[in-house]
Amino acid sequence: MTVSVTVPTAMNKRTAQAANVKMSARGVKVFYGENEALHGIDLDIMEHEVVAFIGPSGCGKSTFLRCLNRMNDTIAGSRVEGQVTLDGNDIYDPSLDVVLLRAQVGIVFQKPNPFPKSIYENIAYGPRLHGLARRRAELDDIVESSLRRAGLWDEVKDRLNEPGTSLSGGQQQRLCIARTIAVSPEVILMDEPCSALDPIATGKIEQLIDELSESYTIVMVTHNMQQAARVAHKTAFFHLGDLVEVGDTDDIFTNPREQRTHDYITGRFG
Amino acid sequence: MTATNFDIADTRRRARLDTIQRSLNARHARERRFRFMGLAAVVTGLVLVAILFTSILARGLPAFWQATLYLDVYLDPEVIQVDERPVRETGESPAQFRERELAWLNQLGLVNWNALIDEALKAHLPGEIESRQARDLRALVATGERFALRERVVANPELIGQTINVKMLASANVDVWLKGNIDRNLPDHRQQLSAQTREWADHLEAQGVIRNAFSTALFLNTDSRSSPASAGLAGAFMGSLFMMLIVIALSIPLGVASAIYLEEFAPRNRLTDLIEININNLAAVPSIIFGLLGAAIFIGYLRLPLSAPLVGGLVLTLMTLPTIIIATRAALRSIPPSIRQAALGIGASRVQTVFHHVLPLALPGILTGSILGVAQALGETAPLLLIGMNAFVANVPSSPVDQATALPVQIYLWQGNELRNFFEARTSAAIIVLLGLMLSLNATAIWLRKKFETRW
Repeated sequence: MTVSVTVPTAMNKRTAQAANVKMSARGVKVFYGENEALHGIDLDIMEHEVVAFIGPSGCGKSTFLRCLNRMNDTIAGSRVEGQVTLDGNDIYDPSLDVVLLRAQVGIVFQKPNPFPKSIYENIAYGPRLHGLARRRAELDDIVESSLRRAGLWDEVKDRLNEPGTSLSGGQQQRLCIARTIAVSPEVILMDEPCSALDPIATGKIEQLIDELSESYTIVMVTHNMQQAARVAHKTAFFHLGDLVEVGDTDDIFTNPREQRTHDYITGRFG
Repeated sequence: MTATNFDIADTRRRARLDTIQRSLNARHARERRFRFMGLAAVVTGLVLVAILFTSILARGLPAFWQATLYLDVYLDPEVIQVDERPVRETGESPAQFRERELAWLNQLGLVNWNALIDEALKAHLPGEIESRQARDLRALVATGERFALRERVVANPELIGQTINVKMLASANVDVWLKGNIDRNLPDHRQQLSAQTREWADHLEAQGVIRNAFSTALFLNTDSRSSPASAGLAGAFMGSLFMMLIVIALSIPLGVASAIYLEEFAPRNRLTDLIEININNLAAVPSIIFGLLGAAIFIGYLRLPLSAPLVGGLVLTLMTLPTIIIATRAALRSIPPSIRQAALGIGASRVQTVFHHVLPLALPGILTGSILGVAQALGETAPLLLIGMNAFVANVPSSPVDQATALPVQIYLWQGNELRNFFEARTSAAIIVLLGLMLSLNATAIWLRKKFETRW
């Protein structure tokens, strides 16, 4: 199967907007020790929508992204207040199993971080962990389909036993995306997925995000405003721990309501 | 006018470059001096190590070969006047049989084995040897050898009446004399052997009866006071082996588990900070303090046996734990957080993240740290002195609760032995054995690190 190239169309965007609320945040505050990094964020993320978070360094966009699958839990001294829901269920409910949450809300990091194992093992780890494949053949299928969806199959099908770290940077990042897809999450978080990649690899990932948005809800952090403009249905602008403005990408870039948004996207600061 | 301006600019440029050049020269000179000092330090270190090794090898290697007598001993039935070896009769109780057997062994014990050895020696010596010279004659052979002869007969009574070929250790003093480790020109009263014995020793060596043979006694025998020539390392080796098994079995699982908990799971609070400080401090506590602790707790309070490898192993475990914990934590910390995030992001639990990804990657570092910790414990002497492991032990310990000593303690004991010119070489030989064990442990550590090393 070859990857068909599609660009976001008005059609795509309309269907995205017509969908249900997938995740929602209300009054989310994050503290690192005494320091308040986020000052109460309210945001709704629709199903099958691609949302981009933009903003200058240290504005809290990555912090907020990590709240969505509780990766902030792993940082010592961090504390989250407010409410985040997935399909209406509070994900900070003490009775909720964070492992189950992360199986539903996967994450791809800024720097490609494949496990120092074979390409096959990288993909198979998640499904095996969650018991998603009972037989070897099922696992093989999951590995193949995940790599296909990530557009990496044709490049690696003959060397599935080579270490994942032997791939190029862009391939590694697609491997990480395939690894995330392999556990069939509903939402995929991406924390600056292209910042360590060259323009060609970036282009491939952007294409991929666009395709994946048909099946998944995607939330991404990016420093690259053109990237947000290219792939996101909606864009949210963060500044100094506040969500300044969120809206359709076209509106944010052509007709922002807030002065700060305008200044940022025209390059006056940041 | 532009030309003048250009000249001025050019002069300034030159002046600036000259200044930089001068400072550069000074900087390069400083760099050369520093490099030279570093090189000198390394060379000095290497030279000192070379001197140390040469001196140990030069002294110790000859001790691996020992003056040995090759004799044909006639097991004269006239001398060995014993009954037939008792055989258990039908209807006899085990106690009765044992009694008869003991009586037979007793008879063998009363046999004058020295007389047999004397006769075998006389066959190679010139002239008539009077009975008053027996003392000089016996000074040739290590005193323990007559028991070895007895053991052969006990094991095989049919040998009585036959002539058997026996390999016997020459006495320590003969060994020293023949190797030239004592000044041959010293007057009689300062020599350890009588003039007659010295003459005989030279004669037997010339005849090939005394040869310098590889000393299996050094490896197979325990320490000995009555017969220095047969003193060996077997007891100390087994003592050290038992201790190392205990250290490995206790300190590695405990240390690695504590390190994993502290590094990956423990909350950061005052208590864990306190624990961390204490572990770091414990690593710097002099080892003799651990010996005192062991004496007080394991022996004084828990009433564990004195001089036992069990206690030694426990004390060395306490001493090794901080080293292993610190090494393991360092190894865990060196694993990039991105690996942990990757696993957590897919939905691995924290335990799964640690055991599937972090621990396998940290394994080379953990193994290296653990093996170096164990090697350090192997060479430790001071704490063992305080728990009675410097006692003279004549048996090879068969369990960790038997009395035993350890290799480094054996070195310490031999070094202080009164028969110095014999034991100096023995000590160096024991050092070589210990260093050999250390080097093989370190080589294992390096091999394991290379084997498990993963690149990412």
